[in-house]
Amino acid sequence: MRKFRLLFMGMILPLLSQAQETYPINGTADERTGTYAFTNATIIKDAETTLQNATLVIKQGKIVGINVTVPKEAVVVDCKGKFIYPSFIDLYSDYGVAPQATATLGGRGFGGFDRSSQFTSNTKGAYNWNQAIKPETNAFESFQLNEARAKELRAIGFGTVVANNQDGIARGTGALVALGSQKENMELVKEKVAAFYSFSKGTSTQDYPGSLMGSIALLRQTYLDAAWYKTKPATEGTNLSLQAWNDNLLLPQIFDIGNDKYNALRADKIAKEFGTSYILKATNDVYQRLDEIKATKATLILPLNYPAAMDVEDPNDARIVALADMKHWEMAPSQPAMVEKAGIVFTLTTAGLTNSNDFLTNLRKAITNGLSEKTALEALTKTPATLISAYDKVGSLDAGKLANFFIANSNIFKDSSSIFQNWVQGQKYTVKEEGWNDYRGVYTFSLNTKGIIKTYEAVVKGPVEKPAATLKAQGDTTTTNITFTVSDKLVKINWTSRADFGRQTNLSGIIGNDAWAGNGYLANGDVATWKMVFKNELPIDTVKASTDTTRRSSNGFAGGRRSQPSTLADVVYPFNGYGWKQAPKQEDILIKNVTVWTNEKEGRLENTDVLLKKGKIAAIGKGLSGGTKIIDGTGKHLSAGIIDEHSHIAATGGINECTQSVTSECRIADVINPEDINIYRQLSGGVTSSHILHGSCNPIGGQTQLLKLRWGMGPEEMKFANWDGFIKFALGENVKRSSSNSNNRFPDTRMGVEQVYVDAFQRAVDYQKMGTNKRKDLELDALVEILNKKRFITCHSYVQSEINMLMKVAEKFNFKINTFTHILEGYKVADKMKAHEVLGVSTFSDWWAYKMEVQDAMAYNASIMQKMGLTVAINSDDAEMARRLNQEAAKTVKYGDVPEEEALKMATLNPAIMLHVADRVGSIKVGKDADVVLWSDNPLSIYAKSLYTIIDGTIYFDREKDADMRKQIATEKARLIQKLLQEKRGPGGAAGMIRARPRLDELNECEEDRNHKKQILDRDDE
Amino acid sequence: MKRILTIALGLLLITAHAQETVYPAKPQAGVIALTNATVHIGNGEVIENGMIVFGGGKILDVRTTASISDAKVIDCKGKHIYPGLITSETDLGLNEINSTRSMSDVRELGEINTNIRAAIAYNSDSKVIGTLRSNGILLANIVPEGGIISGSSSVMQLDAWNWEDAAYKLDNGIHFRMPNLSSGRGRSGFGRTVGADAVDPLKAAMDRIDNVRKFFNEAKAYFAEAKHEHTNLKFESVKKLFERTQTFFIHAETVKEMQVGIELAKEFSFKTTIIGGTDSWKITDYLKENNVAVVVAEMHSLPLTQDDDVDQPYKTPYLLQQGGVLFAIADTHAESRGMNLMFNAGTAAAYGLTKEQALAAITLNAAKILGVDAITGSLEKGKDANIIISNGDILDMKSSKVTQAFIQGRDVSLDNKQKQLNERYKYKYGIK
Repeated sequence: MRKFRLLFMGMILPLLSQAQETYPINGTADERTGTYAFTNATIIKDAETTLQNATLVIKQGKIVGINVTVPKEAVVVDCKGKFIYPSFIDLYSDYGVAPQATATLGGRGFGGFDRSSQFTSNTKGAYNWNQAIKPETNAFESFQLNEARAKELRAIGFGTVVANNQDGIARGTGALVALGSQKENMELVKEKVAAFYSFSKGTSTQDYPGSLMGSIALLRQTYLDAAWYKTKPATEGTNLSLQAWNDNLLLPQIFDIGNDKYNALRADKIAKEFGTSYILKATNDVYQRLDEIKATKATLILPLNYPAAMDVEDPNDARIVALADMKHWEMAPSQPAMVEKAGIVFTLTTAGLTNSNDFLTNLRKAITNGLSEKTALEALTKTPATLISAYDKVGSLDAGKLANFFIANSNIFKDSSSIFQNWVQGQKYTVKEEGWNDYRGVYTFSLNTKGIIKTYEAVVKGPVEKPAATLKAQGDTTTTNITFTVSDKLVKINWTSRADFGRQTNLSGIIGNDAWAGNGYLANGDVATWKMVFKNELPIDTVKASTDTTRRSSNGFAGGRRSQPSTLADVVYPFNGYGWKQAPKQEDILIKNVTVWTNEKEGRLENTDVLLKKGKIAAIGKGLSGGTKIIDGTGKHLSAGIIDEHSHIAATGGINECTQSVTSECRIADVINPEDINIYRQLSGGVTSSHILHGSCNPIGGQTQLLKLRWGMGPEEMKFANWDGFIKFALGENVKRSSSNSNNRFPDTRMGVEQVYVDAFQRAVDYQKMGTNKRKDLELDALVEILNKKRFITCHSYVQSEINMLMKVAEKFNFKINTFTHILEGYKVADKMKAHEVLGVSTFSDWWAYKMEVQDAMAYNASIMQKMGLTVAINSDDAEMARRLNQEAAKTVKYGDVPEEEALKMATLNPAIMLHVADRVGSIKVGKDADVVLWSDNPLSIYAKSLYTIIDGTIYFDREKDADMRKQIATEKARLIQKLLQEKRGPGGAAGMIRARPRLDELNECEEDRNHKKQILDRDDE
Repeated sequence: MKRILTIALGLLLITAHAQETVYPAKPQAGVIALTNATVHIGNGEVIENGMIVFGGGKILDVRTTASISDAKVIDCKGKHIYPGLITSETDLGLNEINSTRSMSDVRELGEINTNIRAAIAYNSDSKVIGTLRSNGILLANIVPEGGIISGSSSVMQLDAWNWEDAAYKLDNGIHFRMPNLSSGRGRSGFGRTVGADAVDPLKAAMDRIDNVRKFFNEAKAYFAEAKHEHTNLKFESVKKLFERTQTFFIHAETVKEMQVGIELAKEFSFKTTIIGGTDSWKITDYLKENNVAVVVAEMHSLPLTQDDDVDQPYKTPYLLQQGGVLFAIADTHAESRGMNLMFNAGTAAAYGLTKEQALAAITLNAAKILGVDAITGSLEKGKDANIIISNGDILDMKSSKVTQAFIQGRDVSLDNKQKQLNERYKYKYGIK
């Protein structure tokens, strides 16, 4: 009994043949060579080479070779009919590193009312000021075996992974570890193989950064700081983080892009800026922007975490599910194929899967959807190994490499395939026993009862893992089905037959080398012995009829062979209902016989033609010809495109970096989201350009970005080219955090706000004087640009006292405030602003009384400022109102009798002037950009609708096409709902489904306390 | 004469710089006739070259302009006359400054607050009121918030010394706020991915609704009781709901929310109106069949989902009209504080409604929904003389300019804090 148990232990635990030499032996030395020969196998040496009927020899945890002479000391394992693959490699794994605390994505300082801030790192030791920068973290130092997890990974074919701490912005180094169960010393293959980064501050409790643009700014600044640290600045002392950062730069750089595909472009931009390149740990939806991502030339680590199907059986649930989400559900399994087709180098990871068992299933789905088996295998072996310079150790079955391989019953990329054993560094780990031996065939079965031998023919068939058998007595025609249970070498056989009146015969025995033999009781209770001897293979037709179709498929893996992909839906740009299959093209457009609001000295021209050519306004006049598209403008009005001076659309990850009073290092340009549906909605309201601002939660906010609303284009193409840089400042209640009872961030009063400015600009002046030999500070660089009139301020402002103050500060430092935005008390200091020569003032038309500092706001503000000779704009600061800015401008006619043409300028030419782009947009003038709107009516009328919104001569909104798109959305949605319902009815469908979820679009607001406007579905019930 | 007086008053205010001298108007003396105007009745009819005669606060006659004696005639040539506009849902007078706790009286503690009354907290001296009145909004339904039942609203007229003066119809309805029945939170941006719901939100919401059902069932039983040992104030305050002299206002947005709310109301045969009604256009048949009206609370909203028609909120009133549903339009915009009611209706007119239908949504239909159509909402003989005069189309900002307004025949001041600030700074800068 005791012996038995020991024997079992030996089978379960791996042999300790490679025990470390330094370790003392408690017992008798047991050194073994661990030499094995795996014979008769289909060996996939690498994605290029498949060898039939081959032999793999391993020794001491390494590969000796394929089809080499089998050494005498080798244990021979017959792998007839089996497939041997090099083990898979995962570059992005948290295996064996200490479990991470639940990540607090976004962390503190991200809304809410707790304003008690942590300004510096809580990490003890000589480390970086920011808690999310921890390049000194080394996965190899904390690596510990995790047998349960290793077992899961081995079961899906992995032999090594790059373990890394998935926490923080600079995450330190990852280690290549094997998935065996030996001492850590043996499983740690290579200590530092890559350095890891992300945009997520993870468990850092420090406030900064509180937004995506803050994370990006921090990364940028850290690159600069680390380079500066190489000069051993005395003022920095020892900074172990920066030291590690510099060391890590020599390693492959792996960047986790989190959950936003555009982060791939954002990360790549930083890489290029600092002369490095990232391997991007991607999302499951990068296929939605593949061209831009391909252009980065980055290698991708693709997850196989496809979105779960949503339950849309209830039509009211179906209504809230975005078409984009349904479509993504359908298309995500095609991503690897699309990435392959695009010629992008990639690897595959298990990261993101809640159940690692889904890995092979999803991999096979990728193959069904067009991924080639060859590329799939490379993505799991050679490619990752090469990326971390470990192809000399892992990634193929070449001599000298680690004996990391798995044995499968068939082509691993086919649904029916399963893994029997996964060998890690020459150690055997059993994944599954059943089916290892193929017992199928025709046998002679003899039953000996009381000396009488009865002979039968036994046919063993069915799936190799779970064969079934029939028994037919010699000379008889009737067959009896027998149950047949094999466990290791032990076998049980039972049957019942009518002849025995339904009673059961029970036999058991052992599978010997040349015969099966055992004993038991017959149905009538007689004692019997039995024996079964192999006679011949199953006839071919039986094999065909058998459920296992892979049994004799000796071809196995065929390099480059593709499965038939299912037809793919079209990717649209951007990936939502109103996206384009094909981007609209620039056209030469002639608009005939229209009322033209020129915004120039010509004023309003009746019955006039306007020709748009090559993206510019080419001619204005009567009886013009030319143009490939002619639009009849009779009874209609043409104006310059609407320009919104104050907008927060089309940005992601938060537009407020509230964690410090000065965050001029942050840039909206880094976080443009070209998929925001509000871009399209605003095009429908005639908006052609939007100035995307940082929020208003701190005195000096981030740098802004002017966009042209080129719907469907990527983030870079959305940007207004050759534009002077701007920056957002803010005053008043938001910056002093009036809504909080626990603010500890300076300033807390308007008195403090002044000193923040004076201090910041004084530091900038001093910094500028320091010359070139200094620590480059991105925050101060932006302020120096302001001092040097290279960057311009738009300042969120309400109350007259502080508006006046800011002008005085500017004058003290010899620059001017460019724009005061939504300046509701502007009318009180119109004379002072005029004297200061402010370039423009922008305001809400009629907002007031929503907080204390706007109790003196009034709808006559714009008209007073206009009458005082200031350049006045009407801005939105609101995604809904932005699409009615023409009407908002019209309110100045009601409140203050502003002439109609001047009113329209407040939403067109005047914002263009204050944004320094009036030379290109804002009026209808020959030579300017063809950014125009054709209105159904006087654009100042509530009844006016944009029929065409044109940017650079390209029609980005066409009211007729919009109607078509609505129909297409309905059709496409109906199709996908049916497909989802089909999925629900399918096998296991309902179980794998999740509740219908709306896609809540990110709605940014100026104020941090109102950071995301509640959507109807997300409203507060109380 | 009147005009001269107004100017004089204006001059006075420049130095006074306060709303405190904007006086509520005195009762109408004598008979006034407004002549030669385009008269928009409010029920869809328009009288060109029309005339309205009113005295003692009541409309005496509406007809094509004719000569009249014994009346003060105001020539309105080229102008448009409308019924005083009515906003069907607002926090006016309850919220002076919403973001400042001490200046907000809109949200009471508690879950079932049937006995809470908005009217008594209505601040008739609110600076916001004048900005509505000067735009032609003369009546407002003041609605409390908080709890699943917030209490009762009241219709107030916007020119008064105190809330009692202002009261036009007290406690016209009880407000039930439908819990959110959407079955899952979505995903949004950076760091905002919300995990799976711990509790089924639908179940939690249904439990709250069940609690309301229990309350009404017990209230019904309470009314059946001949004599009460303990008087229950909460039950007492819903008596008129059961008598159908008060409306059960259900604040709900999605189809399920509206249907669950309406079915609850049907159990007790309440007279029902939906407020909000974002998706009401999807169930017009059902609403019509059940005689349920809708107050579209905010026209200037973004569509519910990214796949929705970009102008869906703008055309919802048209779809309700097509479906034969009684509806009104309100303006609950938090930052412009309700002064754009007529432009909310104007947007509906731009997206399908006729101008007169859009006007009805902020006049007669609103009056019907609020239970005051017998005395106001249209320019018809016998009704209160709640009248506004505009230079042009009231629905279009290009021409919407109210020159005179009457509440119950009283010639009310169109002055307000903003106008005074405007005068103050025109004075400072010497702007004419």
